[in-house]
Amino acid sequence: MSSEAATADATTEVPEGHDDHGHDEHGHNDHAHPSYLAHHFDTPQQQFDAAKVGMWAFLVQELLFFSGIFVAYGIFRSWYPEMFSAAAHQLDRPIGAGNTIVLLVSSLTAALAVREAQLGRKAGTSRYLLLTILCALIFLGVKSYEYNHKFQAGLLPGHFYHPHLHHLVEGSPALPENAHIFYSIYFMATGIHAIHILVGIGVLTWIWRRNERGDFSKEYYAGVDIAALYWHLVDLVWIYLFPLLYLID
Amino acid sequence: MATVATPGLGGKTEAHDPHESYLAEKGLKSWLFTLDHKRIGIMYLIGVLAAFLLGGILALLVRLELFTAGRTIMTAEQYNKVFSMHGIVMVFLFIIPAVPGALGNIFLPIQLGTKDVAFPRLNLTSFYVWVLGAVFGLYTMIHGGVDTGWTFYTPYSSKFTNTSVIPMLTAAFILGFSSILTGVNFIATVHTMRAPGMSWKRLPLFIWALYATSIIQVLATPVLAITLFLLIFERAFGLGIFDPSMGGDPVLFQHFFWFYSHPAVYIMIVPGMGVISEIICTFSRRAPFGYFFIAMSSLGLALLGFLVWGHHMFVAGMSEYSTMVFSALTFLVGIPSGVKVFNWVTTLYKGSISLKSPMLYALGFIFLFTIGGLTGLFLAMLAVDVHLHDTYFVVAHFHYVMVGGTVIAFVGGLHYWWPKFTGKMYNEGMARAAFALVFIGFNVTFLSQFVLGSRGMPRRYYDYLPEFQSLHQVSTIGSWILGLGFLVMLVMFIQSLQQGKDAPRNPWGSAALEWQTPTPIPFHNFVDQPVITRGPYDYHLATEAELDEGYAPGERPADADD
Ligand SMILES: [Cu+2]
Repeated sequence: MSSEAATADATTEVPEGHDDHGHDEHGHNDHAHPSYLAHHFDTPQQQFDAAKVGMWAFLVQELLFFSGIFVAYGIFRSWYPEMFSAAAHQLDRPIGAGNTIVLLVSSLTAALAVREAQLGRKAGTSRYLLLTILCALIFLGVKSYEYNHKFQAGLLPGHFYHPHLHHLVEGSPALPENAHIFYSIYFMATGIHAIHILVGIGVLTWIWRRNERGDFSKEYYAGVDIAALYWHLVDLVWIYLFPLLYLID
Repeated sequence: MATVATPGLGGKTEAHDPHESYLAEKGLKSWLFTLDHKRIGIMYLIGVLAAFLLGGILALLVRLELFTAGRTIMTAEQYNKVFSMHGIVMVFLFIIPAVPGALGNIFLPIQLGTKDVAFPRLNLTSFYVWVLGAVFGLYTMIHGGVDTGWTFYTPYSSKFTNTSVIPMLTAAFILGFSSILTGVNFIATVHTMRAPGMSWKRLPLFIWALYATSIIQVLATPVLAITLFLLIFERAFGLGIFDPSMGGDPVLFQHFFWFYSHPAVYIMIVPGMGVISEIICTFSRRAPFGYFFIAMSSLGLALLGFLVWGHHMFVAGMSEYSTMVFSALTFLVGIPSGVKVFNWVTTLYKGSISLKSPMLYALGFIFLFTIGGLTGLFLAMLAVDVHLHDTYFVVAHFHYVMVGGTVIAFVGGLHYWWPKFTGKMYNEGMARAAFALVFIGFNVTFLSQFVLGSRGMPRRYYDYLPEFQSLHQVSTIGSWILGLGFLVMLVMFIQSLQQGKDAPRNPWGSAALEWQTPTPIPFHNFVDQPVITRGPYDYHLATEAELDEGYAPGERPADADD
């Protein structure tokens, strides 16, 4: 380092310990910078921490996004408790419960994928990622079956609400006129959740391809970790949606 | 000589000369696909300034229409659209991204002593998401715009207006995501990217402000997103949850909207306060009085911002008890705001004050923000608010905080950091003249509106009673002075780019870290990884060389500055 530069950098003198990569870090390729380490990070640990903090901040954002729906749910349920329980009666509990189990299993496989990645077992990581994606697809399939039934029964949001009595569950309580509000909330909540599942499938597929390409190792598995975090959140939201929508009468 | 200093670089074709300016690379592509936070910041700056110009022209049109009662230049329908578009452009396109997106993007990593934000790709993404939102907004404007005001209140927005509400809501929805991504990025950057020695206690106050803002962006903006999402479906499919005729509740929309939009006011003002803290310290040449309190008051504002949204709905049909609670909580906002103002003023005491143009803006900010803040207390008082609600008093209060506060701070920050990120000095005389015009024009425009409002002139009205005419005319004339001030400023900045003198490393003699790196800023922000050994305001620990206002030797090749 030249003495001229030093005068300009008195607050910023280079410490002895940094000498081994003090200059070289401007290039992108010395021993302290493994290929997976982006140039603007100093250490893999820093890169991993940044990714983690960033993802957690993003997940908080996701929670607040869903919170609007939950608040609307809380307000309308407190206003119209009978309507909510009558309308919820039309949702298919066994199917909803089955779907909940599917998602719980998918969270387990996502966690196992992270475990395999941490151990550097590429094949295992891929296997569990694919299993997670499979669960996600099953969930969506079941969901669309449920949606289909709601469409046929005319149990739809707002202006589109026109219940067909012969499609309703046997012996169910009469549906009040404003039950469309329940189905508005049902479709908005599960619809937004389904969009998150779709995004999750995309992310997991991308991570699976990167894993197949050999991007990840024992030292660097941030991508798998981050994707699994996101997936757990999607799962968590459903854990709340299921009892609130299906199990209230 | 730079290459001599780094012999180890031989053979690395990709490597940047550590002294090379971030502006060195030419070509449109090198800008559009850049991952460099400084260049992304500059693109944000150009974008938000264009939005400011558009919003400003719309504002001048609003004021011109109000010059006389009845029709002056446009019909009532056009007027409703013009003031709505003014609000939407200024709030969503300009003022929310202005300080964090432009100045924050450029200086946050530099003030932290790091090379970039934590996620450079996400940073570029958030800029392009902003562009996408802007395109949607402009598309809507061309297709007739909206006439709902920037608040999109139901049921007018969901059932009655026939303007392009859905595309505009989509635009705001998209812009919200840009804001969230910036917030996520800044939070991760502040937590994990600080230079060695940059402890939390040494964090510049601008960083504290941006950090507090980022928290609000992450916590509040998604609520706006879901609200707009619900409103889009409400309008498109008649969901009914905001429609009283279907068992829904329009006030619920207001709760949702203000749960975001009150904190959003702090997204707009807190970064500006951070800028002011930096300017005051530099131009008083001393450490801030009560660093810890200024830093924590930013977080305090962020927290309180989530608890006061109900003060927008005192007359919308809330229970008396909730209005009382919201009123009391709103008064609490005075505490962190007061802490800031008193600490700034005390920082000036016995400081070695230099009245350069950035400092003029900072002092102007303190003056105007104090008026804006104190008039907020009038509105927080339940009985007084019944009288003042939805009058020009609210308009004046809001503009004193948003223009007198944020815009003045943004412009002050632009003057303050301009030499660093452009590498050019500007004409100080013109800058001061522009400041005088802006300051006078602003007060003429909006002081009169306090009077109008307290006499009962409702906001957003196209027509008014004859007794309001003279004050409306004063306000409109003020808007011309204000516009002229910004025009002078624009000419001054363009001149600076074309023929300004090369800026020295540290033109203001600041002890802060961003002034210790060469001008223009090197590609990686610093020639060497900085190690922080003192705080950014420790003038007593700074060396003479650090505070030197001239060129650092050897920094400018051949010293060819004039
Ligand atoms: Cu407010």
